[in-house]
Amino acid sequence: MTREEILDELKSVFAPYTTNKEMLANINDQTDLITDLKINSANLVDIIIDAEAKYNIEIDYDSADKMINVGSCVDVIAEKLKQK
Amino acid sequence: MAKRVVITGMGVVSPNGVGLPAFLEALKQGKSGIRHVAKYEELQMSCHVAGVPEFEWDSLKNYLSEVSFHGLKGTNIAYGITAALDAWADSGMSYETVEPHWETGCVFGNSAPDSDATKNVINKVDNKEVKKLGSRIVEQTMNSGVTSFISGRLGLGNRVVTNSTACATGTQAILMGYEYIQSGLAKRMVVGSGEHIDTYIFGTFDSMRVLSRKFNDQPERASRPMSASSGGFIPGSGAAALILEDLDFALARGARIYAEVLGGAANSGGQRNGGTMTAPNPAGVIRCISDAISSAGIDPADIDLVSGHLTATMADRQEIQSWSTALRRSGKEFPLINSVKSMIGHCLSAAGSIESVACILQLIHGFVHPNINLEDPNPEILKIIDEACMPTTTIKKDINLVAKANFGFGDVNACLFFSKYNNDK
Repeated sequence: MTREEILDELKSVFAPYTTNKEMLANINDQTDLITDLKINSANLVDIIIDAEAKYNIEIDYDSADKMINVGSCVDVIAEKLKQK
Repeated sequence: MAKRVVITGMGVVSPNGVGLPAFLEALKQGKSGIRHVAKYEELQMSCHVAGVPEFEWDSLKNYLSEVSFHGLKGTNIAYGITAALDAWADSGMSYETVEPHWETGCVFGNSAPDSDATKNVINKVDNKEVKKLGSRIVEQTMNSGVTSFISGRLGLGNRVVTNSTACATGTQAILMGYEYIQSGLAKRMVVGSGEHIDTYIFGTFDSMRVLSRKFNDQPERASRPMSASSGGFIPGSGAAALILEDLDFALARGARIYAEVLGGAANSGGQRNGGTMTAPNPAGVIRCISDAISSAGIDPADIDLVSGHLTATMADRQEIQSWSTALRRSGKEFPLINSVKSMIGHCLSAAGSIESVACILQLIHGFVHPNINLEDPNPEILKIIDEACMPTTTIKKDINLVAKANFGFGDVNACLFFSKYNNDK
């Protein structure tokens, strides 16, 4: 999977946790999950759980801590997919 | 000086009607909300029927943000939010606010969070899948989940309390809200209670053999308060909420006033002298009603209607005796008495709030709802009060003063008096 494909798919993972639909449609690597998408910090855990289920991967605590913007989310998922 | 407290809004999720118009119509028609539940039969319970609201889950999207709706599974929370937000809108207020409503608090009760939600936690933890639980579980398994959702959505900034006193919970929530306003601690309180009888909670009562099992094939006839053929209660689910306000505060914003809470009382029989974990000490019940009479400053001779606890068990007779003693009225002199439970079953924690909404509707619309299924009044009850006091059809009648009481496991009691709002007082 290319980075672009992962980024596009992540929109559906983020969707239940943000009401900022306009920002979601136009996310890029720099989009911050908390400050831009206004996702409640408690919900980052749910996004990680949903991403694990969607890609059938396991995201360890250290990798999860890096997932603060869209770019870092794509990086972590791409890396875990490569390890499969 | 103690503040006067009025009711300016109501919301209800009842087995026989969701929303005020449907519930009002159901009360007038004597419509039952008791249904057959195939799962209970399959699980070899003794009772196969229950009061189940016709609740549409997607209706929650009208009350909650998409983010909040996603991941919400607690039925008890869903009922509570619906009742509370409907009551808020009914009192003419908007859900949206930038600043918290510092003058408005909440007392909303329940007996337990959904055990289905708790079961999910137990299964995942035991399966070594705790990492999959996510962030939305605690808010749905903590007992204060319902009040947290209500107060968060409405921005309530005064005290927010989750109360729990078994079947007296709803009545007590209203009493607590009344007391906060009366003493000047809050100007407005969202009060009420909810109950979702899931399979597990149902099972615990079924095993006590206190549920009716003789009318499994005729659900609508199964709940039979005050009758000789009553053989136990029928569990029901639902929620109701009322908006209580300081009279002057309500008048200043031009609120529509439904009725006044004149007073009330709560106590315990101490599980002495006949009182146990499951049965009330009659002296406690009588004292609770008498204290409520003093608190409301009323003459028992003026009571038009008693909305009893009356669950359809052996305890009905003793309850009627306690009312008769406390009110010093018997035979033909006893007030009209009815039990909403004949239509919706016993909604446990939600009983007091749903039944209080029924009281207010009867006050403002001038009628007394029927005791359905009262085909064979208990002869022991007829020794205390006249049969005409227990209407079996809807009576059109001007009602000014209603008594509402509920009694719960743990030998706890709560009693309230509601009246029409009279501005020349």
